[in-house]
Amino acid sequence: MNRTGTRHVPNTTVPPSTTVPPDAVAPSRPPVLERARARLLWLGVAVVVLAVLAPASLAYGSRDIPWSDVWSALGGADATLGEAAASKRIPRTVLAVLIGAALGLAGAVMQGVTRNPLADPGVLGVNMGASLAVVVAVAYFGLASPTGYIWTAMTGAALTAGFVYAVGSLGRGGATPLKLALAGAAISAAFASLVTAVVLPRNDIAGGFRLWQVGGVGGASFERTGQVAPFLAAGFVLCLLSARGLNSLALGDEVAAGIGERVAVVRGVAALGAVVLCGAATAVAGPIGFVGLVVPHTCRLLIGVDHRWLLPFAALLGAALLTAADVIGRVVARPAEIDVGIVTALLGAPFFIWIVRKQKVRAL
Amino acid sequence: MSAEILAPPPSVGDVARGRVRRALRRRTVAAVLALLVAGTFLAYLMVGDTCYPVDDVLRVVVGEQVPGASFTVGRLRLPRAVLAVAAGFSFGLAGATFQTMLRNPLASPDVIGISSGASAAAALAIVTLSLDETQVSVLAVVAALAVALLVYVLAFKDGVVGTRLILIGIGISAMLDSVISYVLSQAAEWDLQEASRWLTGSLNNAAWRETVPVLVALAVLGPVLLSRVRHLSAMQLGDDTAAALGVRTERTRVTVIVAAVGLIAFATAAAGPIAFVAFLSGPIAARLVGPGGPVLMPAGLVGALLVLVADFTGQNAFGTRLPVGVVTGVLGAPYLIHLIVRSNRTGGSL
Repeated sequence: MNRTGTRHVPNTTVPPSTTVPPDAVAPSRPPVLERARARLLWLGVAVVVLAVLAPASLAYGSRDIPWSDVWSALGGADATLGEAAASKRIPRTVLAVLIGAALGLAGAVMQGVTRNPLADPGVLGVNMGASLAVVVAVAYFGLASPTGYIWTAMTGAALTAGFVYAVGSLGRGGATPLKLALAGAAISAAFASLVTAVVLPRNDIAGGFRLWQVGGVGGASFERTGQVAPFLAAGFVLCLLSARGLNSLALGDEVAAGIGERVAVVRGVAALGAVVLCGAATAVAGPIGFVGLVVPHTCRLLIGVDHRWLLPFAALLGAALLTAADVIGRVVARPAEIDVGIVTALLGAPFFIWIVRKQKVRAL
Repeated sequence: MSAEILAPPPSVGDVARGRVRRALRRRTVAAVLALLVAGTFLAYLMVGDTCYPVDDVLRVVVGEQVPGASFTVGRLRLPRAVLAVAAGFSFGLAGATFQTMLRNPLASPDVIGISSGASAAAALAIVTLSLDETQVSVLAVVAALAVALLVYVLAFKDGVVGTRLILIGIGISAMLDSVISYVLSQAAEWDLQEASRWLTGSLNNAAWRETVPVLVALAVLGPVLLSRVRHLSAMQLGDDTAAALGVRTERTRVTVIVAAVGLIAFATAAAGPIAFVAFLSGPIAARLVGPGGPVLMPAGLVGALLVLVADFTGQNAFGTRLPVGVVTGVLGAPYLIHLIVRSNRTGGSL
């Protein structure tokens, strides 16, 4: 940890500024401080990127809008065509930012809880489970209320998460990364097939096949976003609270317990937070995959493994990624739009394959 | 397995008797399955919104003109039933080939993205480029072969390990399914018929010009696969053993992969990637035939039976007409989950 002081005072953690022995030469920039500076720098970069992307999401789409119109639309005007179009894109952008943050954060937490680099709300089938629960409830049990959607989606997400984890940890070796990923991917494929079976023959399910199978933020409205916002907020809080505990879990369950962490509680709270985020996100935007896979890995590369930094950064970067993916989806296929779930799958699946290739596999 | 190893070595007579018994069981299963396919085929032609007696149907099949039945049975139901059998047989045969060769039931073409590749190419060719049937089939074959090669190359790292191949295949499959959704969303309007066909498989477009290429492909490629059954069984013991038994392993593998991918691609170009038929047929056939036997022929028959029965059910059993892939998808999904549970619990090759 602290390379400057350890030679003279081994086995003690030394706060760098106060109690460094006088004979230890203080370096010009202590590494801890340098790391903090790098983290702040990247955090700043992420904020700037998001601050650029969000207005860009208002300006670019099937029709490009001059920045002056975007500006006045933000002020509430919708007199000109451009202003009207930009103000229609405001709820969509807000939703993309929220959902992206939720999925990025949920992915980081799931990777921490399962200590699995392949964990992601999409790969582990949690989003598809939420989607399946909603379409089944709508199709066969007459679910109609917006809050009902959210509670159903969260129940589906929770049940699927538990089921996938149980299946993935059966047998020798427990929940190894590849076993868990395979259980999740297979269950996700099975659920996707069931979602298709429920939705495809019926045209009375809101959002239809594309929302519940692919996922997208096209149908966003402030009303629906407002309905999920409290749930998302609760999920954010639960996840961010478990940051310190996730740091301990990263050392292994025994060590974590040894340093006084209540392992089961940390896991439970963090997993609950992730499930709430996944369920709420899916209830409003469908099962969007791979955001939670790509974002945490990128974050770890940039700012390291400390969850107290990683989690907020993952939320920021997730928001930026989903907003960017949504803009890409609107720009490349003009005048049509590509659902954001399609874009994230096309961007994220190669990343998934790359991580699978890096894993060590027990031979047959 | 372990019990067999621990048991005292069987006498020559026992081995021979066991072999005869298993061969007999295999033949019986194949015969019963063939009869079931024929019976379902006939019922499929007879029953529908209007029902026709057996003799009318048979007269239509041999080419006589029967008022009413000639159109309904001859023009609508017959090509559809033939496509169901041909596509089902192709999927079952190719799926069991992959599962046998890779020694893993999850390594079926519809799980590892090969069907999705063929489907994405066919959807692109039909929905976006408006090509004709031959071009569609060619494009589907090329795309499916490319996907098979890509999955293999990506999964190769000091050899190919089952789990990695399957996960990479699932990743590729996710991308290709996105491509299909994209192609469909680019069409002038969201077309439910096309969507069902390319996402989950449907026989609604069945006419002779769709059905004939599948039949031709099956007639050419089916015998290629079935004649390699012995080589495949030997290769299940490992490449070295197979080579010692006189099998040219690399050549066999390439031939078999190309033939199986070709079958998948032709069937998918006509009927879409009918969900989980390739995945389900092999294990069902293996259960029927019993341990140790080659399952290619029975798997083909099981595939044909599955698609026929599923389409018949989808057409007649519910208030609305369901595409065949929806029915097979509902059948296949629980089995996929069951398989993951079982293979994890027994600590198999996963």
